Amino acid sequence: MIPGSFNYHRPASVADAVKLLVDLGEDARPLAGGHSLVPMMKLRLATPAHLIDLHGIAALKGISRNGNNLVIGAMTTQHELLASDEVAKSMPILHEAALLIADPQVRYRGTIGGNVANGDPGNDMPALMMTLGASYRLEGAGGARDIAAADFYQGAYFTALEPGEILTSISVPVPAAGHGYAYEKLKRKVGDYATAAAAVVLTMSGGKVATCAIGLTNVHETPLLAADAAKAVIGTSLDAATLKKAAAAASAIMAPAADARGPVEYRKHVGGIMVTRALQRAASRAK
Amino acid sequence: MNDLTPTREQRTAALEGMGCKRKRVEDIRFTQGRGNYVDDVKLPGMLHGDFVRSPHPHARVKKIDDSAALKVPGVLAVITAETLKTVNLAWMPTLAGDVQMVLADGKVLFQNQEVAFVVATDRYAADDGINAVIVEYEPLPPLVDPFKAMNADSPVLREDLVGKMSGAHGPRKHDNHIFEWTVGDKELTDAAFNKAEVKIKELISYHRTHPSPLETCQCVCSFDKIKGELTIYGTFQAPHVIRTVVALIAKLPEHKIHVIAPDIGGGFGNKVGAYPGYICAAVASIVTGKPVKWVEDRIENLTATSFARDYHMTTEIAATKEGKVTGLRVHVLADHGAFDACADPSKWPAGFFNIVTGSYDFPTAHLAVDGVYTNKAPGGVAYRCSFRVTEAAYCIERAMDILAQKLNMDPAELRLKNFIKPEQFPYHSALGWEYDSGDYHTAMRKMMEATGYAALRKEQAEKRAAFARGETRDIMGLGISFFTEIVGAGPSKNCDILGIAMFDSCEIRMHPTGAGIARVGSKSQGQGHETTWAQIIATEIGIPADNIMVEEGNTDTAPYGLGTYGSRSTPVAGAAIAMAARKIKAKAQMIAAYKLEVHEDDLEFDIDGFRVRGLQEKFMSMKDICWAAYNSVPPGMEPGLEAVSYYDPPNMTYPFGAYLCVMDIDVDTGVYKVRRFYALDDCGTRINPMIIEGQVHGGLTEAFAIAMGQEIRYDEVGNVVTGSFMDFFMPTAVETPHWETDFTVTPSPHHPIGAKGVGESPNVGGVPAFSNAVNDAFSFLGATHIQMPHDFWRNWKAAKDLGAVA
Ligand SMILES: Cc1cc2nc3c(=O)[nH]c(=O)nc-3n(C[C@H](O)[C@H](O)[C@H](O)COP(=O)(O)OP(=O)(O)OC[C@H]3O[C@@H](n4cnc5c(N)ncnc54)[C@H](O)[C@@H]3O)c2cc1C
Repeated sequence: MIPGSFNYHRPASVADAVKLLVDLGEDARPLAGGHSLVPMMKLRLATPAHLIDLHGIAALKGISRNGNNLVIGAMTTQHELLASDEVAKSMPILHEAALLIADPQVRYRGTIGGNVANGDPGNDMPALMMTLGASYRLEGAGGARDIAAADFYQGAYFTALEPGEILTSISVPVPAAGHGYAYEKLKRKVGDYATAAAAVVLTMSGGKVATCAIGLTNVHETPLLAADAAKAVIGTSLDAATLKKAAAAASAIMAPAADARGPVEYRKHVGGIMVTRALQRAASRAK
Repeated sequence: MNDLTPTREQRTAALEGMGCKRKRVEDIRFTQGRGNYVDDVKLPGMLHGDFVRSPHPHARVKKIDDSAALKVPGVLAVITAETLKTVNLAWMPTLAGDVQMVLADGKVLFQNQEVAFVVATDRYAADDGINAVIVEYEPLPPLVDPFKAMNADSPVLREDLVGKMSGAHGPRKHDNHIFEWTVGDKELTDAAFNKAEVKIKELISYHRTHPSPLETCQCVCSFDKIKGELTIYGTFQAPHVIRTVVALIAKLPEHKIHVIAPDIGGGFGNKVGAYPGYICAAVASIVTGKPVKWVEDRIENLTATSFARDYHMTTEIAATKEGKVTGLRVHVLADHGAFDACADPSKWPAGFFNIVTGSYDFPTAHLAVDGVYTNKAPGGVAYRCSFRVTEAAYCIERAMDILAQKLNMDPAELRLKNFIKPEQFPYHSALGWEYDSGDYHTAMRKMMEATGYAALRKEQAEKRAAFARGETRDIMGLGISFFTEIVGAGPSKNCDILGIAMFDSCEIRMHPTGAGIARVGSKSQGQGHETTWAQIIATEIGIPADNIMVEEGNTDTAPYGLGTYGSRSTPVAGAAIAMAARKIKAKAQMIAAYKLEVHEDDLEFDIDGFRVRGLQEKFMSMKDICWAAYNSVPPGMEPGLEAVSYYDPPNMTYPFGAYLCVMDIDVDTGVYKVRRFYALDDCGTRINPMIIEGQVHGGLTEAFAIAMGQEIRYDEVGNVVTGSFMDFFMPTAVETPHWETDFTVTPSPHHPIGAKGVGESPNVGGVPAFSNAVNDAFSFLGATHIQMPHDFWRNWKAAKDLGAVA
């Protein structure tokens, strides 16, 4: 568990970072908190010849309100998300989910940018970002572009990030006042990735679900939006039959791998249960 | 006497002797990051070694090409089996009478087996080097399932043993067979089963797991060519044994080998045996003339050094309709992996598994154990238990629950009915042990009262009815465990390691000012010996524990001891300490008599000195006696005040305990919650109640981990799939339940201070309590036995198989 040798760079601006990435080509990787990348390097599953540390770029940090959006700099740590009053107030599901990531040590270092850019289906933030309708700002040699989180994930560790691009910030629409939310995550222990997790953001009107978005973590090679499941609950009061239908619709799109967390059948089954529980808890919180 | 004269209570308290919750003296350095562990040892010019390991579980090694590796900057040497053959060290003897490859010799037999040892100027270069060694393998069919080991068409693993129809423990039935070990009266037992009114039979497996101490196995070997001396700093639970093993296999004079075990970050059996890393580092140091450090990483520790358990126990009990047990029959299939490297006393191929009759009065029993080879890592160490005692306790405690279920009897009642009675001690078990002391009924009843057992059963009945009505998806289980351990190996009449009797030792040297040093043959790995050993001496000789320094782990200074594992330190070394202290006290008494001008027999020991019987004021403190020992001893007596004791215990000790686990399981997800865990331990005399409590907490946490998910698992083609803490369940403070501890005290009649040992009881007794709770929860749905580990998905699967989830 000793990484191979690599060169270390610490640019002071996004432009410099992009230039390094372009010049050094495929052998270079951005380094954020290092809590996904460094373990891979220690196992020599990743062997980048150059690490471009983004910690020297002040512009990549911070949380700000921009109209109806929260804009979160890529290098904002999970701990900073948890410490933010703005997040707690306007986007409590982000607080709830961040608290379920690993442990304090990991959260002090791990960044939201690294978490969403990594492309690991086990990461919690991607499905949540899809549920919230977030978009990512990517900056490369050719300038900046925005891409919806829902369009970003292509396969395990495959994303829409082009060579030479850096994810600089995330823009998340603030959910409607009075919305209900829940992030339900089944894990074996603190520090474990989800066996299955579901994010739900909904609004209720007259005791019935008015709007709903459901995201799924670690039950497929990419994070998922469970659109059919969300559709199934609209206009209902989340009675038992509806919940069952939603869980079944969500399970139908899951294709998890069998691993030490359990066989495929189990992970799909509990994936459905996470959806059910998240819906119930979200509804109970909606005003 | 005036107000300032300390009372007897104050004088006793000042000693901080036995029974005192003395704070751990070693924690002062541990909590400040000032411990000194092997990885802290940095010698001038020190090199680093690292292993090339096999990706295959079973393969022929066709070629090892080290040419590219030797070009990596910093790499100095690549050692292979061919190198080791020049010094006759390609293979090494195991503690179990087998031999083991140090580096792959023609073949590899388990995934991550050591293939080559790369020596470099730093760890990074060594790792670069191992990645540059090219090994050509020819994969062979792997043997993973122990139940297939002795099939006619199974691949033969150990080509070195082909045709040898007898091993260290008798005849072999197959090339993949290691030994068969039988104990007990077969005819009588068969007869009991033929007559039995009620019988149960179940395959009870205890899965493969690993002790996984925080600090992995490591060493620094330094060979001094001029003096011809080898110094080894290592994470050794038994430093003297390592010294003797090195002397025997490396053919070095034993006095020129210095083994030093500094602070150890947990052992749990992982650090008893000898590993290829030690041999390779020693050879590398001899070859290069430089000190060589070898430090395992976590993956290597979990996958290559010393697993534990892996016992498949077919268990049968015969009983009367009323629930009186009449016979026990157990067959064990023991998966030993590629080499038989079990760390048991030499004559005990299955350890003390014949304690399997447990706390119950079985009139007859028969046990047979077959050990087999598979393509898995070697080991079979006693993971926080006396040798194979955890397996035995799990076997009998699970089986008693199964019998209770069959009889439709409460498992507590069944146990009470069959306990060995207080008046039967010393008790001779059907499988050959002499239990020293016990009062099982009292302990069991205390547990039942403290936990409100009857009310819990009532609640469970209500919960089950609610579950049947569809009102809840939670099921509730009560797991009882009433275990009897056998620890303190052991009496020379039946215990040795490589021919050395399993005594232990202590040397005490009192200095003139009333302070002293005690050197002991045991070796703490976190148990707190520096604290408790001083407490024994404090009470025995009346010198404050703070004035006694305890030293262990340096073979040049400590008297020869067999080390610390199997809860043997208190029963054996603890006894040696008391006996050495008594020798000091006896000499002190002679000095006091001389100084007080009375006959020795007129003196009585009084807390911290000797007093003339009936004469309050004629008193000499131990402190003053120490001074006198260096200037005015009686004529003819040698000056000084020191003593050595080597203690050969007359018997083992038999700690016991009554545990109860209350668990709720959500059948839809399999997620469990340990609502309560009560642990009553009887370890005889209690030296330091705080340390006992700490030991119980630690052992229960490990038991919880093992029962609820901690396993070393291989897939069907022999890949080890639980090689890191991501998948090998290591609970954090968040998952760990709250522990309630309690005790009774039944001293050991043969031990000088009546102490029995406690470090391992909670692991031994805890596992069956957790597993019985899970099984009890599912029993009303029709389950008789669900195999461990009981992690979430397996609980869900159990519920599904029983029709409780769609
Ligand atoms: C024990 C442990 C448990 C964990 N458990 C969880 C968990 O339960 N849930 C969870 O979500 N995560 C978990 N993590 C992962 C953790 O949240 C990581 O910190 C996170 O996934 C990656 O963020 P990072 O800042 O550490 O990124 P890094 O590790 O530095 O980078 C990850 C990848 O993203 C790339 N990258 C990083 N930043 C950018 C950027 N701005 N633009 C482009 N590419 C970039 C890197 O090149 C690299 O390929 C765990 C980690 C550990 C060590």
